[in-house]
Amino acid sequence: MSEALHIHHDTAVSHDVHHSGDHGHHHQSFISKYVFSMDHKTIAKQFLITGIIWAIIGGLFSVLFRLQLGFPGQSFPILETFFGHWAKGGTIQPEFYYALVTMHGTVLVFFVLTAGLSGTFSNFLIPLQVGARDMASPFLNMLSYWFFFLASVIMIASMFLQTGPASGGWTMYPPLSALGQANDGSKLGADFWLIGMALFIVSQLMAGLNYISTILNMRTKGMSMTRMPLTIWALFFTAVLGVLSFPVLLSGAILLLFDRNIGTSFFLSDIVVNGEVLPNEGGSAILYQHLFWFLGHPEVYIILLPAMGMVSEILSINSRKPIFGYMAMLGSLFAICILAFLVWAHHMFVTGLNPFLGSVFVLLTLLIAVPSAIKVFNWLTTLWRGNIRFTPAMLFAIGFVSLFISGGLTGIFLGNSTIDIHLHDTMFVVAHFHIVMGVASMFGMFAGIYHWFPKMFGRYLNNTLAYFHFWVTLVGAYLIFWPMHYEGLAGMPRRYLDKSIWVSFNQFGSLDQMITIVTVIVFAVQLMFVFNFFYSIFKGRKVTTANPWGATTLEWTTPIRPGHGNWTGEIPEVHRWPYDYGKDGRDFIPQTEPIGANESKH
Amino acid sequence: MQTFFIVAILALGFLVTFQIAKASEYVAVLRGEEKTRKQTNKINAFLLLIFLIVGLIGVFYCNERLKGKILGAPASDHGVHIDTMLYITIALTGIVFFATQIALFWFSYKYQESDNRKAFYYPHNNKLELIWTVIPAITLTVLVGFGIFYWFKITGEAPKNAMVVEVTGSQFKWEFRYPGKDNILGKKYYKEINDAKNNPLGQLWDDPANHDDIYIAGEPMHLVVNKPIKMVIGAKDVIHDVGLAHFRMKMDAVPGTPTTMWFTPTKTSKQMKEETGNPNFVYEISCDQMCGKGHWSMRGEIVVETQEEFDQWMATKKPKYFAAFPEKDPAVQKAAAAADTTAAKAATQPVAMAGH
Repeated sequence: MSEALHIHHDTAVSHDVHHSGDHGHHHQSFISKYVFSMDHKTIAKQFLITGIIWAIIGGLFSVLFRLQLGFPGQSFPILETFFGHWAKGGTIQPEFYYALVTMHGTVLVFFVLTAGLSGTFSNFLIPLQVGARDMASPFLNMLSYWFFFLASVIMIASMFLQTGPASGGWTMYPPLSALGQANDGSKLGADFWLIGMALFIVSQLMAGLNYISTILNMRTKGMSMTRMPLTIWALFFTAVLGVLSFPVLLSGAILLLFDRNIGTSFFLSDIVVNGEVLPNEGGSAILYQHLFWFLGHPEVYIILLPAMGMVSEILSINSRKPIFGYMAMLGSLFAICILAFLVWAHHMFVTGLNPFLGSVFVLLTLLIAVPSAIKVFNWLTTLWRGNIRFTPAMLFAIGFVSLFISGGLTGIFLGNSTIDIHLHDTMFVVAHFHIVMGVASMFGMFAGIYHWFPKMFGRYLNNTLAYFHFWVTLVGAYLIFWPMHYEGLAGMPRRYLDKSIWVSFNQFGSLDQMITIVTVIVFAVQLMFVFNFFYSIFKGRKVTTANPWGATTLEWTTPIRPGHGNWTGEIPEVHRWPYDYGKDGRDFIPQTEPIGANESKH
Repeated sequence: MQTFFIVAILALGFLVTFQIAKASEYVAVLRGEEKTRKQTNKINAFLLLIFLIVGLIGVFYCNERLKGKILGAPASDHGVHIDTMLYITIALTGIVFFATQIALFWFSYKYQESDNRKAFYYPHNNKLELIWTVIPAITLTVLVGFGIFYWFKITGEAPKNAMVVEVTGSQFKWEFRYPGKDNILGKKYYKEINDAKNNPLGQLWDDPANHDDIYIAGEPMHLVVNKPIKMVIGAKDVIHDVGLAHFRMKMDAVPGTPTTMWFTPTKTSKQMKEETGNPNFVYEISCDQMCGKGHWSMRGEIVVETQEEFDQWMATKKPKYFAAFPEKDPAVQKAAAAADTTAAKAATQPVAMAGH
């Protein structure tokens, strides 16, 4: 294995020498430098900025539907000004509400937390941290961004359709998503959704294959697999998950398109809608759910693993200590990656799934808590007896661990089919996955942005705003989602836009108001972060040292503003693992430093 | 105007915060970045500790405020199992929650940067890692064991004496069918569904089991207390879900794929009114699977009562068969026969009867 890798390495170098030789001379046009760029760093920034724009849209949607949830029936005339008949009389109409919920989920899960998070940091960190000039295929990499862009355009366009965007929930279960007669959002909006997702999946596959081949083949000399930072391992497993599971969703999306448009019956059977008897027989609506969740569950880890990797790295750097249990961290990432494929049916305990099959999925689902627990304990031990610097990135990393614990533990409730009977599709589920997958990954993303912003743009973000951002977001996240569990324990179903007609669920009015108000505040503070982000790109304090955080990894050996090709001279050679912090009385030892004669072993 | 003020205030707050943030950056440079950094570090470490303390108080406060608002004791036998399982899980995860959250924030506070301390080089410890692999694994095995034991109890075969009711969801209403005296639900085929022909469920009238099936819509489903009930669940158009929060039960209604669920209601509606102190209490059926724009309002009701009350109620119901074929209705036949003897042009009467 290592021999084969060295051969690759040599070819890479000979290519690189040539490349870096002519680097300083050729002038790139604006288009090839910033638009159709093949530099992985620029593509990372493209993913990040597109992701931020999507996050604003998706976040705004949540503010809108929270207005309805907190103040049902109240009129906000400004809504009618902006949204016309969707908010007739200033109140959000049911069709609009469901469109908002659906697009909020789609946008945040796929466009922000998949493309925006893993797209950004895979692109940015993989070549920099393994010591490569660029991705294995820069061209494919560029295509992956532009397919994502195209998917974004189609998804945005669907919001301007007369009948509105898809509104059957982000999971798009047929028959609801297949029948325009049953749902306005299932008219043209659903086709746009499916085509947008198909293009998105193409983008993810191109990106994923690129990440995998870069990590496997383009590591610099001495960078053995077990000398890679945990970020890279996490991004590697993320890419593997994506490559193996996204095609299954693609098949689901394509079959659904067929059912919708050319009269097939993959998912449709025995349907009478609004008095109209449909001819479809023999399909299975449950089949779609299997196809969807075969991606859908790994997708959770596609979102979470990059955050975990970055948090591991940031916790170690800022504790000035090695990550505790590197091999155990790696093993648990691997275990999560395998188990992620074997738990999808826990989303389907109450669909009439065979109870025996259900019990197998209970076992496998709860198994996944073991590697998760290992990770948490290892993070805690990393902090223990450290010398901790609370940079904004570090705070977000600590916040991530806190949220991951809180949300992970409620997963043990839902993964146990017996309890899931009661809690399935209630607000408890909403609280659970928002904390563990949504907000926690968001925290991982923020940690990554604050940590690597100096490398991306050669400037710092404003610290005061960053701390303000962190504290409001952490407190807000808990205020929003912690009490929501109680609504779920009361059995309150998800996606109910007004509970006043229900005897069982109408007792949470003041709680819903509180949540809405906090949501608005948290959203405003995120806008402040966005402002800080763009402002600091141009006006932030300049980075003056190559290694501002005192980190060991390779990206900090590049120039402060690395050009295309990353290193000006030869790519440095790696001699040690990336976590030599506080060793032998030294604050940190870079990966590029050869092992000393008297150095103690770990 | 109000909106304008809100926007103006927000913008102003934004501007002020930004100016403070910007100024503090300059101040930091003037005072020495390292010094400022250390000071900020102390503040953030302290805030993490405060967050832990206030957060823990908040957890208890939240529980005090809201625990009375979640549903009271379950009203079915399965519900008792589910709640037991729930409380076991809350206890176990609760311990882990407090232990890890306290460790996280306490370590952060305790080991904040200090010139007097050097970080402890501690890359791994196989024994520790083994311990915290094995302990969660054992705990989870216990949870899985309990969970699967109850799961099979709940999802197992319904008892032989169970009463059968068919539940059909469609946008955005629930329809019920009782099997009648023969206790067999007659066959149906979705292409026969036709409201105009008095066949809203698509019953096949060739099947004699259908002739005594009772169709109920627009009024509550009635169940007998302490008698097992098996629901046969289906949907006409899109996926719905029969959610019964007080019984702690739930099952999807999927077009084309019938599902079942069974349980034994243990408290009558009357009892629940007394127990909850809510004179308006009703058992509700909520649709728990997104089914379109009226999803949030897809509500059904259930009345749980004694066997006598149930029998009385059932005695007032007539099979749908007679609505579809009024001439087969014994009551109509009798009336028609009577009409025949008294008046010659009674032929229109059965049609009028069908309206009932």
